[in-house]
Amino acid sequence: MKIDTVALVETPEGTDLHADLAGLVPRTLAYAIDLLIRVGIMCVLGLLMLFLGEVGMGITLIVFFVLEWWYPVLFEVYRGGQTWGKKIFNIKVVNDDLTPVALGPSLTRNLLRGADIFPMFYATGCISILATERFQRLGDLAAGTIVIYCETELYDRTSLEQVEAVTPVHAMSEDQQVAFINFALNKGRMSNDRQQEIAEIIRPRMPLNTSNASDYVRGVGKWLLGAR
Amino acid sequence: MKQLEFERRHSTFWDTMESSLQRGSTLEPERLSNFPKDYRRLCQHLAMAKSRRYAAGLITRLNGLVQQGYEALYGQTLNNKTTIIEFLIYGFPASLRANARFLWIAAIVFVLPYVAIMIACMVNDQMIYSVIDAGSVRMAESMYDPGLGKLGRERQSDSDIQMFGFYIYNNIGIAFKSFATGIFLGVGSLFVLAFNGLYIGAISGHLTALGYTETFYPFVIGHGSFELTAIVFSGAAGLKLGFSILAPGAHTRTRALQNAAKDAIKIMYGVFVMLLIAAFIEAFWSSSSTLPNAVKYSVGACLWVFVYYYCFFFAANRVATYRSQDAA
Repeated sequence: MKIDTVALVETPEGTDLHADLAGLVPRTLAYAIDLLIRVGIMCVLGLLMLFLGEVGMGITLIVFFVLEWWYPVLFEVYRGGQTWGKKIFNIKVVNDDLTPVALGPSLTRNLLRGADIFPMFYATGCISILATERFQRLGDLAAGTIVIYCETELYDRTSLEQVEAVTPVHAMSEDQQVAFINFALNKGRMSNDRQQEIAEIIRPRMPLNTSNASDYVRGVGKWLLGAR
Repeated sequence: MKQLEFERRHSTFWDTMESSLQRGSTLEPERLSNFPKDYRRLCQHLAMAKSRRYAAGLITRLNGLVQQGYEALYGQTLNNKTTIIEFLIYGFPASLRANARFLWIAAIVFVLPYVAIMIACMVNDQMIYSVIDAGSVRMAESMYDPGLGKLGRERQSDSDIQMFGFYIYNNIGIAFKSFATGIFLGVGSLFVLAFNGLYIGAISGHLTALGYTETFYPFVIGHGSFELTAIVFSGAAGLKLGFSILAPGAHTRTRALQNAAKDAIKIMYGVFVMLLIAAFIEAFWSSSSTLPNAVKYSVGACLWVFVYYYCFFFAANRVATYRSQDAA
């Protein structure tokens, strides 16, 4: 079995859409946060409803029911596949063709929590997530849904504006070119010291008068992107 | 072509696409005719960007745009009110009739233990203790004891609401779990069906043997039609899941499971509505002691006839058409 964290979906136009699958850990943490939220609501409500006596008890039980079975469904269908917990971890539920989930699949995957939770602590669901190619618990398998990361890797060209394009002195393979370009565009996601540290590795291959190694690498990246 | 040049040429187009896609999943009419063409162009850009190994950030942006376009073009929105109403009227019976064999199995697994233990409990008054613990038996006895002068469950309307909440939380939860655990090759559903059959059968038999018929049967006849039938339906939906894994036919097991789930969830919509109705009847109608038993019996009988007529005989032609459309 090929293990990869990328889900590819071919559109009818022949292009591949890609999405990064969320694994067991972020999903568990997101679930834990949702659980805390739900337990919190139940506690507050339970206390308030004490004043209403038996009517309050009835309302509390109905809210329990809604929180237990419909809380994830409502968020998945009306809030873009994200419960509050999933939002915090930047993950969302989508159909396995990456379209948003509708009521049917969402209800399927959430009713089947009754099976994933078996015999306790979602043991079945965890094993299923670990054992399947696209990290699906039983509910996901039946509903045809996956949990993916929301794209946030935004393209920031401002990092290029501060450096001069530098003409490289060596011929470079395609992989090397991609590495230079990615370094040039990734400013801001690493500390300056770390950038210097990485750039210094190839100091022996730079022209002797280079003063700032990371500026040099980014300059070459800018040149490779087409700036002159 | 270098990446910067590629971006310079197309960024206005991407920006227009971005703003029109972000405005929501529905496109304006004047954009609609051009949209498929624009979308294909976007796909082409993504493919080029990938094969030319442009920077990840650009590919991510294009990928996101294509994904949104894909949703707008192929995604389905089912918020049409008439579709939902039509489903409730024709779709639910259609999915029931399409899965008759699972309904039969579920019904047998529920009714056989029910009848068997009921007879056993009527013959032997100790039999009930082999199924239900003594405390619960005492509670059931006191609830329906006609000697107490009033129905054990006779309550103020306050506690009616409490019981309504309890029936929703408990009964619908059981039905959902019965469905879910069916994925384990049907074992969970079979267990829930047989267990509930035994439990309810034992109580019925025991109370009948004690002669509490004048309190017990008027109470249960009203909501029983919805509740007991829905329990069987949810078990049947679970069995369908399990069976699809056992015998996937021409598909892979995952695919067979998905197909089965698509059908089974339609039964579960109906089960949910039926159990809501049952909870309502049980909390506010069945528990009333001011209503004469004759009224309860006749209304209850009508409800039984209504449920089975609606599920299996109502609008046979329309439902058959719905079924064939659904399968297509």
